[in-house]
Amino acid sequence: MALPPTLSQAGLVQPAAADLGQLFRLHFMVNAFEAGTIVAVIAGAVGWFMVLRRQSFAGHTLAVVSFPGAAAAIWLGLSATLGYFAGSTVAALVIALVPRSSSGRPRSQESAVIGTVQAFALASGVLFVSLYGGFLDSLTGLLFGTFLGISDHQVTTLLVVAVVVLAVLAAMARPLLFATVDADVAAARQVPVRALSVAFLVLLGLTAAEVSQITGALLVFALLVMPAAAAQQISARPAVSFLITIVVAVAVTWLSLTVAYYSTYPVGFYVSTFGFAVYAAAAGGRALTGWLGTRSGRPGVPPVPIGVGS
Amino acid sequence: MLGQPFLRSAFLAGTCIALAAGLIGYVVVLRGQVFTGDALSHVAFTGALAALAFGIDLRAGLYGSCVVFALLMAVLGRRANADDTVVGSVFAWILGLGALFLSIFTTSQSGTGDVGGNAGVNVLFGSILGLTPAQAVTDSLIALGIVVVFIFVGRPLLFASLDEDVAGARGVPTRALGYAFFILLGVTAGVATQAVGALLLLGLLAAPAGAAQRLCFRPFSALWLSAGIAVASMWVGLTAAYLAPRMPPSFGILAVATAVYLGSFVATAGRDFQRAHRSRPERSPVTGSPGTRAVDAS
Repeated sequence: MALPPTLSQAGLVQPAAADLGQLFRLHFMVNAFEAGTIVAVIAGAVGWFMVLRRQSFAGHTLAVVSFPGAAAAIWLGLSATLGYFAGSTVAALVIALVPRSSSGRPRSQESAVIGTVQAFALASGVLFVSLYGGFLDSLTGLLFGTFLGISDHQVTTLLVVAVVVLAVLAAMARPLLFATVDADVAAARQVPVRALSVAFLVLLGLTAAEVSQITGALLVFALLVMPAAAAQQISARPAVSFLITIVVAVAVTWLSLTVAYYSTYPVGFYVSTFGFAVYAAAAGGRALTGWLGTRSGRPGVPPVPIGVGS
Repeated sequence: MLGQPFLRSAFLAGTCIALAAGLIGYVVVLRGQVFTGDALSHVAFTGALAALAFGIDLRAGLYGSCVVFALLMAVLGRRANADDTVVGSVFAWILGLGALFLSIFTTSQSGTGDVGGNAGVNVLFGSILGLTPAQAVTDSLIALGIVVVFIFVGRPLLFASLDEDVAGARGVPTRALGYAFFILLGVTAGVATQAVGALLLLGLLAAPAGAAQRLCFRPFSALWLSAGIAVASMWVGLTAAYLAPRMPPSFGILAVATAVYLGSFVATAGRDFQRAHRSRPERSPVTGSPGTRAVDAS
């Protein structure tokens, strides 16, 4: 983090209102906040469905795969943004198209496949970085995120992809929710469960690629899972918890960017820490409400996440 | 090639580590604990870098964090069925802490060249070619220790993993075996981190075991097949890394293991296809038209 010393010193002493104003006069910080907001909204929206569908492991893998994509793009002299999207989308299609094994123990086989894909993807990423022979700094940036040097062009790309993803998600939200909560009934009602699942994986891949560019490939989980997990602890009503997810994601991103600007540590650390704090608070609050409810003798009604009971 | 001392160390440590990882990995896949392996790789990274950031020996942090965490998983997994959202949230945060420790360590070392950056990369992606002979012997002994313990508990452990209820009824101490398994897994993760790195140890656990499970249905043969595939991947990967110096050895090892797994899918594709076609009329008798039944009967 090569911040000018005067800025970080001034900030470390006391981030006064004047300094916060200064934050937004710097062009790269404006870009970082714009990109961060776009990424937080889309991560919240897609992450909400992902947590509901229990596809966290797949989401993690897709995020990890964006790392070799970006590394390969840098090695070949293409833009890293292109590499992020290409890597994640291809991986999403591969995971979606791998046939569900009919023999033996399908579940353990499936997770072995995902684990192998993930490890091999990371290994390929190291290969590309090694072939490129570039700086180790860029490797840390790819893995743990950086918010410096986001270009105007990159913000535009993020915005366009985010709008497309959100539009598609809005179009298929109702059947997707139906298929998620009860796949069998949905299939019986002629909802195309399989096609929805493939489409959602591709959306998840695109989202993971977007989030990777801010938090780094290894910490995508922080924005994708934690706000949604926290919101589903707070409210069982889909619309409410969906809104809470997006608000939490955006708040966590803004706070992290601000704090990261004034400190020397990577932004990914702050995103994951603040996200985890919100999740822990939500889970703790729910446990406390449930406990108080049983103690006072009333039939306590702790909100149960949708889909869990069924 | 084996005249080079660093390659002798790498082959010695690599063989023992691969043997241990192949054996333990088979049980990991059998018990459906691949996600736990993934978690351990995150913890290994954070543990090692925390040790570096606080100025303790790297291995102390590595083994300590892996074993403590594996035990924690064993206790939590038994009491409450923690779903993958909880597990994933905790790991993302642990990895974030790892990034913090990496940053602390890198900035504290910034005056002394690029040691800090290298340490982070070594923990993440392994440094098997950088092992000193003494380290290689220690790692080999630890890995062989895992193998010996595994040979002793292997039979009941497989029984308990395949059918816990029946094993429990037969008087097999399934609970104690579960803890033993998680401790072995923790130590394996620690030792494998030095060979292929924290992020890639999942591949060394999952890929040979997955391939063995597809190729072979008898548990004991599959167990040793898994170990054999892991060791072979290690040898071929190290040789390839020696012949092509730009290629990181971790990539070579993982590439061979992944290729074998892919090959196992191709080899068994015909069997799956036949099975799917044979079992179709039984599975959906309602939708199966009389025409397909007639074809199948012939």
